[in-house]
Amino acid sequence: MLRTVLQLGLGRNLLIRGVGTRRGGSTLDWDGQVSEIKKKIQSVLPGGSWNPLYDSSHLPPEHSDVVIVGGGVLGLSVAYWLKKLEKQRGAIRVLVVERDHTYSQASTGLSVGGIRQQFSLPENIQLSLFSVNFLRNINEYLAVVDAPPLDLQFNPSGYLLLASEKGAAAMENNVKVQRQEGAKVCLMSPEQLQKKFPWINTEGVALASYGMEDEGWFDPWCLLQGLRRKVQSMGVLFCQGEVTRFVSSSNTMKTVSGGEVTMKRIYEVHVKMNNSLEYQPVECAIVINAAGAWSGQIAELAGIGKGPPGTLQGTKLPVEPRKRYVYLWHCPQGPGLETPLVTDTSGAYFRREGLGNNYLGGCSPTEEEEPDPGNLEVDHDFFQNKVWPCLAQRVPAFETLKVRSAWAGYYDYNTFDQNGVVGPHPLVVNMYFATGFSGHGLQQAPAVGRAVAEMVLEGHFQTINMNPFLFSRFYLGEKIQEQNII
Amino acid sequence: MAAPRASLRLVAPIWNGSTRSIHGLSGEMAPRGNQRKRTLLQLLTDCFCDVEALREYLLQKQLSNVHWKNRSFTHIEEQYGPYIGGAFFILKQGGAVKFQDKEWIRPDGRGRFSLEFLKFQAVPVEAVDASGCAINYQGLDNLLSMKELQSLSLKRCPHVDDWCLSHLHPLANSLQELLLAGCPQVTERGLACLHHLQNLRRLDISDLPSVANPGLTQILVEEMLPNCEVLGVDWAQSLKLELEEQPRDTA
Repeated sequence: MLRTVLQLGLGRNLLIRGVGTRRGGSTLDWDGQVSEIKKKIQSVLPGGSWNPLYDSSHLPPEHSDVVIVGGGVLGLSVAYWLKKLEKQRGAIRVLVVERDHTYSQASTGLSVGGIRQQFSLPENIQLSLFSVNFLRNINEYLAVVDAPPLDLQFNPSGYLLLASEKGAAAMENNVKVQRQEGAKVCLMSPEQLQKKFPWINTEGVALASYGMEDEGWFDPWCLLQGLRRKVQSMGVLFCQGEVTRFVSSSNTMKTVSGGEVTMKRIYEVHVKMNNSLEYQPVECAIVINAAGAWSGQIAELAGIGKGPPGTLQGTKLPVEPRKRYVYLWHCPQGPGLETPLVTDTSGAYFRREGLGNNYLGGCSPTEEEEPDPGNLEVDHDFFQNKVWPCLAQRVPAFETLKVRSAWAGYYDYNTFDQNGVVGPHPLVVNMYFATGFSGHGLQQAPAVGRAVAEMVLEGHFQTINMNPFLFSRFYLGEKIQEQNII
Repeated sequence: MAAPRASLRLVAPIWNGSTRSIHGLSGEMAPRGNQRKRTLLQLLTDCFCDVEALREYLLQKQLSNVHWKNRSFTHIEEQYGPYIGGAFFILKQGGAVKFQDKEWIRPDGRGRFSLEFLKFQAVPVEAVDASGCAINYQGLDNLLSMKELQSLSLKRCPHVDDWCLSHLHPLANSLQELLLAGCPQVTERGLACLHHLQNLRRLDISDLPSVANPGLTQILVEEMLPNCEVLGVDWAQSLKLELEEQPRDTA
């Protein structure tokens, strides 16, 4: 029985084959075709991989020219300038990958929102001046048809930096540089200070520098939402997810001295969807690392710093999260409407918040007492022991303050020299950085975004020379000397 | 972005209907016979691939128009000095200028003014009335070189905002009167930086729609500028009360 069936089958097979050859047309093997159809049927059955009704609209696109990791104010600013400076409308496809669209832990929304030109480095001053110009004309830069104008809530109250006798000479030099760059900053003696702000105790103050205009604070959330709105209208794609893997190709090259150098190029970014194992590989030409406090991890994913120590391959991106507290207090007898953002000689700062005698401020902890950045819990003892004594000493009215609330946020802290990292990585050639600004990223974001976009599109910085901020300084050990880090 | 896009589409058909020649904005419907029209259409589609793009362009045009109005007349300033340059700018905007010990100079209804003031090169400008002008931050630069300016009126200027107020500090030594009534963009945040103007004797901050708490703001501004008479809400309110009370008295 079995034999006859087999024979029949063989016979039919032979017959069909015969027919096929007689017709002489078909190039594909019949068996191959059958097995392919079988595979197709199998994949369509439940549990199979092919699903025509499967909705993939929540996934990011499969291809994108530029993938920006991090949708904070820096990432969005890069996206904005990339679209703004592109040669032809729609020439570049930009995808912004943001882990949390509520921005609950993002440094942007949790920051105090200050902007100042009182830096010591000309580049930092230029970045700030460019940004303040952007913010002043924000409704022109970020104008969207049929959308209401943005209300940035800029408080042009200025920054007041105090220096002790030790720091007076440095402050004088800094103000000279700031004035050369075009910032409206003036120096004040303790007597002048006392006259202008009678609520300040000038004990221990040798010199003060005060920003007359273009300095103050604004609503960071408004800038973020304005950028988001504009960038979306320019055709940038957004995706909520996490970058888990970079697929890269590597080329090994030999230097003149005989050492081996491995050049890497990322060609695929794996974006994992939130709360699921699903991921989408996104083919891309350029990756921009704007992940803020977590950009060190992203750089590690791309293999940066995974080499023998002391070499360029072994140089890590020295950016890590650092927790900073902001306290909001009420003080009925506190300084009035004219209060600028005051930075004390001790490093503590405060500013007015609204009209109801509320103030907010804080202080950066020393290197030894750095809190654990694992969560965003607030340490209230820190205010009692470290911040309040400094404040009460500087402003006697603050003896009787009452803390209303407090929150914590992350600095994208650059442990090497507390300054930003901008531009491409020398070995992972298509990863660009826009991170590490250690607390002044928000105020410089508009200018940094432009610098990165120029680097990507033109290959060099045009508006502001950001060469000192390149990654290679970590390997060469060239620290940027910026004295005014708050 | 769904909402603005939807409204854009609502606008598009009307626009297309009214301008027949640009009917086929997508380029596909362009008449093939007329080569010249086609290239024009292609040009249009290349430049404005969407009605949104066109409208965005018009929006930018509108914004740059304000900038153009606020350009400074550098050639006049170079030739005649900062006072004449600033005065020319204000008169061109439609405002009025008063040179020291001279009469007010105002443009007539058509915006024309006599150029007699060009000979007052050495005379400083004492007062500027820029009520209702389209002056903005950039245009304010023209006034900052007038070091003897005592009175500045920026009433009902639509483009004067907090940035402009923070820009006034170079006039701190001379400015005695500042009128900001009716500026739609001025808020308490900008008023806070008027403490630079320590010589201010009179400040009008009535009728500012963007100030959230006008009464409290006025008190705080009075505290901040103790030597200054501040006209605020209660001034406007008392005016209304008087108007209401008057008929009663007569009755």
